[in-house]
Amino acid sequence: MSENKTPLIEVKHLKEYFNINTGFMRSKPLKAVDDVSFSINQGETLGLVGESGCGKTTVGRTLLNLYKPTGGEIYYKGKQIKTKADINEFRKKATMVFQDPYSSLNPRMTVSDIIGEPLDIHKAYKTREERHEKILTLMDRVGLNSEHAARYAHEFSGGQRQRIGIARALALDPDFIVCDEPVSALDVSIQAQVINMFDELQQQMGLTYLFIAHDILVVRHISDRIAVMYLGKMVELADAAEIYEHPLHPYTKSLMSAVPQPDPKIARSNKRIVLSGDIPSPLNAPSGCPFHTRCPYATEECSQSMPEFKEISSGHFVACHKAAEIN
Amino acid sequence: MALLEVKDLHTSFFTPAGEVKAVNGLSFNLDRRKVLGIVGESGSGKSVTAYSIMQILASTGKIVSGSIKFDGQELVGAGEKVMKTIRGNKISIIFQDPMTSLNPTYTIGHQLMEAILLHTNRNKHEARERAIEMLRLVNINEPEKRINQYPFEFSGGMRQRIMIAMALACEPDILIADEPTTALDVTIQAQILELMKSLQEELGMAIIMITHDLGVVAQMCDEVIVMYAGSACEQGTADEIFYNPAHEYTKGLMRSIPTADTAGTKLKPITGTPIDLLNLPKGCPFAPRCENAMKICIKERAERMQINEFHQANCWMNVKEGIENGSIEISKEGGEES
Ligand SMILES: Nc1ncnc2c1ncn2[C@@H]1O[C@H](COP(=O)(O)OP(=O)(O)OP(=O)(O)O)[C@@H](O)[C@H]1O
Ligand SMILES: Nc1ncnc2c1ncn2[C@@H]1O[C@H](COP(=O)(O)OP(=O)(O)OP(=O)(O)O)[C@@H](O)[C@H]1O
Ligand code: SF4
Ligand SMILES: [Mg+2]
Ligand SMILES: [Mg+2]
Repeated sequence: MSENKTPLIEVKHLKEYFNINTGFMRSKPLKAVDDVSFSINQGETLGLVGESGCGKTTVGRTLLNLYKPTGGEIYYKGKQIKTKADINEFRKKATMVFQDPYSSLNPRMTVSDIIGEPLDIHKAYKTREERHEKILTLMDRVGLNSEHAARYAHEFSGGQRQRIGIARALALDPDFIVCDEPVSALDVSIQAQVINMFDELQQQMGLTYLFIAHDILVVRHISDRIAVMYLGKMVELADAAEIYEHPLHPYTKSLMSAVPQPDPKIARSNKRIVLSGDIPSPLNAPSGCPFHTRCPYATEECSQSMPEFKEISSGHFVACHKAAEIN
Repeated sequence: MALLEVKDLHTSFFTPAGEVKAVNGLSFNLDRRKVLGIVGESGSGKSVTAYSIMQILASTGKIVSGSIKFDGQELVGAGEKVMKTIRGNKISIIFQDPMTSLNPTYTIGHQLMEAILLHTNRNKHEARERAIEMLRLVNINEPEKRINQYPFEFSGGMRQRIMIAMALACEPDILIADEPTTALDVTIQAQILELMKSLQEELGMAIIMITHDLGVVAQMCDEVIVMYAGSACEQGTADEIFYNPAHEYTKGLMRSIPTADTAGTKLKPITGTPIDLLNLPKGCPFAPRCENAMKICIKERAERMQINEFHQANCWMNVKEGIENGSIEISKEGGEES
């Protein structure tokens, strides 16, 4: 990663607030994503982890303008995405693979129609033959038997359905894919097949990924860098090996210590940092550092002011008042 | 005598397409205070095994043959009356899908207390105290208030934890946990697993832990059964299964998990698709996907072989290796263990 190259994707102070009805004529903002900044280089995989509801999916969707951002800026190859035309162009180059291979595909559509849909929407072919050719090539690319193009999605196993979803995401020849928990619903052995495929596609096509998953070992395996979110905020970002071996933020520390290691001797000797304290609701996010209600190191300062997300060592960002002291 | 003895269990579903042999020929023992892990790919029969023990199979499902003994008492064919004294009381289960197992029309306090009153010797006041204590143990904040709320007022992960509280509140002799932590975050999962472990030690409970997460198995289990196509292809102590796997499926499974060391390399998945339970082959059910399958594997299923004191497997590779290293001698009738 060279420092002065323009990143493929850059996000600055991204905000996504949902208005939640709290009773008669009243509503309240749910700050699902609150002032998040990061960049992803060409050909890189950025992993995104954090507990359920912390805003990972919302980051992915807002980044692709599937939700209109409440605030912040999004840049693609150094150019800000602002106008309708920008968004339209960007959508061809940036797509998403969804979590659940069982429900994200319409069971009444044939594989050929599912994969062909983005081609239809963006009128990406001149003749029916060209459309058909493209679909067969895509199926081939993700390891699906192209003779099965006329079959329905429900006739396929979980791993095959995830391949259909990926073929569809590849239809417009994108540069960038948001992969939202793409292997979580799959069995270990099938999961390995799909992970390898992401890897191969990246090498062949120079793809860039934002890879969201709750399985830290999967993220560790596939990512160049990893970002950690907590309650709508980004709390740490670093090189994958670095953050896995030397997490600096107290939340990341507990997260990494809790990863179930598939090795009995390591698992038995592991010292897990068990958190206590209230898990705050995103509707009533605590003042100051969002983690202070569960943090073993929290002081008065933590409950009052939000720590800045800053670079502590080269490429290692963390938002914690005590980061220097406790590490 | 083991607390639970399962012998040659066969459970099938009778469907329009034919007999689905979901469990075929599973045997294992579970001792008090032990944690037994059951792993295996989706559809290998893990949940059906659990439902067979509890006798809560779908109406098309039936235990075709075999024996399940709890504390010496035969449960197969024992009837509903006996099973009612077992379920919840002696053996309780945490279901894979928590949404289906809480009653939406009662408060969680009501449901917890009902279970406690039914299965333990506590009065109403004590039951309430116990319910609150259990909720606190599974990390539900302000349990005194939340006890009056209905299931829909909790998140998915919280409902899962309430299910766990309910199963544990009855202090069963055996807890069957079917994928108990898949819906939970890593940090909460760690907390729940520690809780299960401490209650297991405190109450002397035995646990059957069904999961596809080998990390959870490594952390929790004393013994492990690896299931493939409805039967155990291998079983032994956790250390033996992880460090000395003796069935080609288990070896493939271990190779396919990402770890901190696999970054930047290719994972090694098991190729092919799971077996069709309507048409089980007569050879080793893993043979069609096995890289090292030999002629004999396709023709005939390997008998259970004792790998060592702590470890058994049904895989012809062990015979091949045994012959090669001289630990198995060949008599005229063919391969036999020495
Ligand atoms: N369309 C929406 N309307 C209102 N609130 C929403 C919407 N989408 C998400 N939220 C809320 O925003 C927060 C972040 O949700 P998000 O789905 O991004 O979390 P996540 O990190 O992807 O979680 P998970 O790991 O469970 O998928 C949650 O509190 C969620 O309830
Ligand atoms: N009610 C049913 N009718 C017909 N077949 C069934 C029924 N329930 C289960 N089966 C079949 O029995 C086999 C074993 O299913 P089981 O639910 O035990 O798998 P599992 O190992 O628990 O899988 P998973 O990891 O996906 O939970 C599967 O092939 C399944 O399709
Ligand atoms: S800022 Fe304070 S509360 Fe937040 S993580 Fe750091 S020490 Fe803990
Ligand atoms: Mg999500
Ligand atoms: Mg199951």
